[in-house]
Amino acid sequence: MGENMGQTQGNGGALYIKNLRTHFFTRNGVAPAVDDVTISIPRKGIVGVVGESGCGKSVTALSVLRLVSSPGKIVSGSIVLDGEDLVSKSPREMRQIRGNKVSMIFQEPMTSLNPVYTVGKQVVEAMILHQGAGKKEARDRAIEMFKAVGIPEAEKRFGSYPHQLSGGLRQRVMIAMAMVCRPKLMIADEPTTALDVTIEAQILHQMKELERTTDTSIMLITHNMGVVAEICDYVYVMYAGRIMEQANVFDLFDHTMHPYTTGLLNSIPRSGRGGGRLYNIKGMVPSLLNLPEGCRFRPRCEHAAPECGKFEPELYEADRGHWVRCYRYRDCGGGDME
Amino acid sequence: MSDMSAQVTNSSHLIEAERVVKNFRVMDGLRGGHLIQAVSDVSFHIDQGETLAMVGESGCGKSTMGRLILRLLVPDSGVVRFEGRDLAGMNDSELLQTRRRMQIIFQDPYASLNPRMSVYQIIAEPLVTHRVFKSKKETEARVRQLMAMAGIRPEHINRYPHQFSGGQRQRIGIARAIALNPKLLVCDEPVSALDVSIQAQILNLLYDLQKEMGLTYLFISHDLSVVRYVSDRVCVMFLGKVCEVGETEEIFANPLHPYTTFLLEAAPKPDPHMRKEKKALLTGEMPSPVNPPDGCRFHTRCPYTMDICRHEAPAMKRTGTRQVACHKEG
Amino acid sequence: MSSIIEERLEPPVGIPDSGEDVIERQDDGTISSQLLWMLRKNKLAAFSFLVICVIMAAALAVPLYTPYDPNRPSLGERFAPPSAAHWAGCDDLGRDQFVRLIYGARISIMIGLLPTTISMVFGTVLGLIGGYFGGRADFWIMRFADVVLAFPSLLLAMVVSYTLGGGIMSIFVALSVVSWAGTARVIRAQTMSLREKEFVEAARSIGVRPGVIIFRHILPNCVPNLIVLFTLNIPGAILNESSLSFLGVGAAPPSTSWGLMIYRYKTYLMSYPWLAIAPGVAILIFVLAFNFLGDGVRDAMDPYMKD
Repeated sequence: MGENMGQTQGNGGALYIKNLRTHFFTRNGVAPAVDDVTISIPRKGIVGVVGESGCGKSVTALSVLRLVSSPGKIVSGSIVLDGEDLVSKSPREMRQIRGNKVSMIFQEPMTSLNPVYTVGKQVVEAMILHQGAGKKEARDRAIEMFKAVGIPEAEKRFGSYPHQLSGGLRQRVMIAMAMVCRPKLMIADEPTTALDVTIEAQILHQMKELERTTDTSIMLITHNMGVVAEICDYVYVMYAGRIMEQANVFDLFDHTMHPYTTGLLNSIPRSGRGGGRLYNIKGMVPSLLNLPEGCRFRPRCEHAAPECGKFEPELYEADRGHWVRCYRYRDCGGGDME
Repeated sequence: MSDMSAQVTNSSHLIEAERVVKNFRVMDGLRGGHLIQAVSDVSFHIDQGETLAMVGESGCGKSTMGRLILRLLVPDSGVVRFEGRDLAGMNDSELLQTRRRMQIIFQDPYASLNPRMSVYQIIAEPLVTHRVFKSKKETEARVRQLMAMAGIRPEHINRYPHQFSGGQRQRIGIARAIALNPKLLVCDEPVSALDVSIQAQILNLLYDLQKEMGLTYLFISHDLSVVRYVSDRVCVMFLGKVCEVGETEEIFANPLHPYTTFLLEAAPKPDPHMRKEKKALLTGEMPSPVNPPDGCRFHTRCPYTMDICRHEAPAMKRTGTRQVACHKEG
Repeated sequence: MSSIIEERLEPPVGIPDSGEDVIERQDDGTISSQLLWMLRKNKLAAFSFLVICVIMAAALAVPLYTPYDPNRPSLGERFAPPSAAHWAGCDDLGRDQFVRLIYGARISIMIGLLPTTISMVFGTVLGLIGGYFGGRADFWIMRFADVVLAFPSLLLAMVVSYTLGGGIMSIFVALSVVSWAGTARVIRAQTMSLREKEFVEAARSIGVRPGVIIFRHILPNCVPNLIVLFTLNIPGAILNESSLSFLGVGAAPPSTSWGLMIYRYKTYLMSYPWLAIAPGVAILIFVLAFNFLGDGVRDAMDPYMKD
């Protein structure tokens, strides 16, 4: 793949991940969790990275923050954030960048908030640390941020401890903390998976608002196609460490090309049981230590042909801005969904 | 599948919950604790062979209700009947016999299997506990049959749970649950911890088993697309109370309770064309079950709140198969 | 129906039977295989294990290979310095110090193993009962444990030992009395968290009786913790015995233990230092070996330390 997105979006964008490989060196072998992944995130915009567990979406995010822990290691590739290559940064420089230029929110906010400090203090600390802001100024901006992410009674909540807040409020605090230093990029790893639907809708709405009112880009990592459809502009579909398909969200849903994406979309129950059994992708995600020859999706693919087992297909621009890693996308693309 | 005549009395219902109340006491440091009103005055029924989905957000009491039905918890007041008999009034041997006919499938396939037991031991446990077979050989034959029914490869019989993926573990849990040929399966968020493609496999398995074994499901879930797919009827709960009960398609086509409307609206749809710039969002926070609002429990978040909603809890109103607890639906 | 079943079977894409998989570890999840894996992986723990085995074997087999009687004085060799004949020299009565060390190991090891085992069985049973049933039983068990823990353990052991009149048996009892409470607390806490696990709820919904639930579902999941506690309690017991013996309420002469040896030879620390140092070093080696082994076991049992 290589050059596909780089020239068009890479330079002007917020983040350009190029040919990233992050491998895990386990005692049973090397697991290529992220294998030659190129992702480009434009300034202002929500880019979705979607896939099932183990596809490498979270490791990609952690690689950007250089938080991959042993036995995982970035093997090759570059991660350019705002003109700087993060792969070559020292741990110390990375600490300065994290939370400042790029910040991350996680699925379970309770684990990333310190239970012994008030949430206000934690947000203020982040600001003092990264921006050298004064206490008073930091506090004002934190409260402003709390209001911006839709925390009711922001001044009162400022003095609350994490356990005194509901899951939705905690996630808002996390977003406030992530946004308070006006990062170039916010990475959201399954930000709404642990939340109830009505709260999820609020948080997604809030993220969309933030994207519109600030110039922060958002990289949204999720397994939920509904969430992708709801707020993403551009989508990468990952499977077993590879990008299988990438497209504008409307193209992806309207003219699905890769059989895996088609399978994912068809697996979602959409109506009553009138039609009987649900479509499902047979089998399971392959082990990263024992990947199939050729196309990694081949053993589960309904359209697999002999050539699929010989060489792995390249990512190929089948339509403008719509890339697919499949030899047979013409024959099997889901086309129009409904 | 469900019987249309909701007026028919007790005997035709497999499960009947009547004005069930369950509070939990939570210790809270020096103050000595307070009550969480998990389930407050809930009545519903499940007919033989149908799937009743129980929907609601966390803290609405749906999981507690599932455990009350299995008598893993005993209600503070009210009655839960299984085949017309009060569960609380049973003696130990009657209860043991009843346990054979109702089982549960859990959400978390990692916590629901004992990590120190093999697949065989896990699936055989109900058979051994109820002394279904005399010999180990018969037990093993039955375990193998159950594994086949649940789609677990026979050569995995001596493996341990940590050697399986989430979807396969869920199959083991299902095999254990159907071992005694139960009538009722309480499925507590059985697919919400699974990937989409695996979720579809498990839903199909549950569907097939229902057809083969004539099972009745109480399907507890927060995922509306799954609920719509699996259920015959839906019971929507909010903060320990039932808001609305009705046939699934009717509820999805025409929700009557404002909370149901919000739930349906909020669920992300897998179609970018259905995006709405201005979504009707619920505002405010979920009230606490420790100190639920007076009157209608939804009134603090409801856009249609009237005076009466603040003072008087709405009664269940029935029209045909549909029941709604809302003052607006006069 | 068979066709439905065929369709339902997942093709073995994810888990090949070669055993090479991320999900699948090479061990089969049993405790013994985890321990074996740990010994292969953790050189320090393996070495410690070897040291412990060698010391135990030496202590057991000592009458077979030594020419010296540990208790017969030989006045001509009083305070003989370490030499080829007497590896650790001789004591004030001319007895071979090395042989006495090895005989002392018998008592020290027995004291390490027996009271630890007794107190852990006791503590485990109480912890399981308190943790599973809760309520009043739990309240009284835990208050009792608090009382024991609140007491300075050495003082308590001394009181018990004195009351029972000294000797090995009284040390057993004394050490058992002081150390069950810690085990009870750990096991109770773990039982309480396991009790809330869904697999226990599943067992209850099947109709499994509480006693069976405790022994089939809860106890096996406490075993890793118990092993760790065991390996870490042993050095504690040995040290306690040494202290008791040093304070004069431990093993009675002529039988000996490491603690007693230090107690007896402390007067010669300036003139014949090897007499007191040798048992000290023996305790150090033995206790360290158990600590390293215990750390290794804990890491092996802790899923987060893996890979």
